[in-house]
Amino acid sequence: MARITAGIATSHVPAIGAALDNGRAGEPYWKPVFAGYEFSRQWLAERKPDVVVLVYNDHASAFSLDIVPTFAIGCAASFQPADEGWGPRPVPIVEGHPELALHIAQSVIQQDFDLTIINRMDVDHGLTVPMSLLFGQPQRWPVRVIPLAVNVVLYPPPSGRRCFELGKAIRRAVESFDEDLDVEVWGTGGMSHQLHGPRAGLINREWDNHWLDRLIEDPEAVSRIPHVEYLREAGSEGVELVMWLIMRGALDPRVRTVHRFYHVPASNTAVGHVILENEE
Amino acid sequence: MALEKPYADIPGTVVFDADQARKGYHLNQFCMSLMKADNRARFKADERAYLDEWPMSEDQKRAVLARDYNRMISLGGNIYFLAKLFSTDGKSFQYTAASMTGLTQEAYALMMLRGGRSPEGNRRVGETPAPERSEAEGE
Repeated sequence: MARITAGIATSHVPAIGAALDNGRAGEPYWKPVFAGYEFSRQWLAERKPDVVVLVYNDHASAFSLDIVPTFAIGCAASFQPADEGWGPRPVPIVEGHPELALHIAQSVIQQDFDLTIINRMDVDHGLTVPMSLLFGQPQRWPVRVIPLAVNVVLYPPPSGRRCFELGKAIRRAVESFDEDLDVEVWGTGGMSHQLHGPRAGLINREWDNHWLDRLIEDPEAVSRIPHVEYLREAGSEGVELVMWLIMRGALDPRVRTVHRFYHVPASNTAVGHVILENEE
Repeated sequence: MALEKPYADIPGTVVFDADQARKGYHLNQFCMSLMKADNRARFKADERAYLDEWPMSEDQKRAVLARDYNRMISLGGNIYFLAKLFSTDGKSFQYTAASMTGLTQEAYALMMLRGGRSPEGNRRVGETPAPERSEAEGE
């Protein structure tokens, strides 16, 4: 049977992808950001997961305002890196896992989560920057990916509670899949940042770290935080953090922290990263 | 009954909610069209003529021509859609964010290196030090 082996969360700042793609990762500004992922790249190279369910948000790349799905699952065999206005990132094509993706879709719809099924979609920096941070710059990604796109652009995003419960439903779906697969769930986005208006540049280091403590120790409580607290404390774009709750919901109530990293700034944003495992 | 907006008192912030999305639909879809190289070329050749192909308000068109991002946001623009416009201009998120705060990009980048804008005094309108308010909050 398939099993959830770990949960990983990371920010997905587009400037990080640009730094890597343009050979600037060794510069003093970027070095500390990439250093925070060195352990994780080695750890993943040893763990060799088969599939990642990668929770992210599309940034007006695949979805315009014509169609705005709250939760959309990518069921295609492959996904092209999106052209976000400056040409596609020079990264490998993302290979999907249609059988598991459609199994998850069917299973969670039967658990009352009405996912939108996507059979053709380009994936933007929200998905490819986490891949780059955690796998570097290979010719081919070493894992299959099931993109799970969450609307956090048009307010309101799904509640933290809904995200947390969806994570639990995804775990039940994965554990009922017959093939022997190691599956990780990744949550991406955040941490505190605001990209528009006179308040742009807001960073809340204290709130971010306290939120992360609670995400690890008491996710039930975190799942009840209302959106307005994210907007007020972590900046208007910090509300992306609800996506981390899908990852957390896919794990046990008690988890072990394998790795944790926090850094300010990457362009406009606070970078957070954590690897969690179920306690055996 | 109107939907509650508990976020309306956050200073310097326009939440892209249903009302903003309705106002900004054509503005945002115009931005989306700039993801195609052919459209970018046509827009650059004659910005006004390209804008006139869209059923946008005159205020929205003027805000685009002036690259007044705070104004575009107040008229229903969303930053991820507006990103197609500043990418067409070869500008970054950091350049554009700085332009909305009234800081130079250098001063903004330095603020970020020093840990970013503090939440202190920036959680609610009326707190001190009182931050500048954006236009849309008065609506």
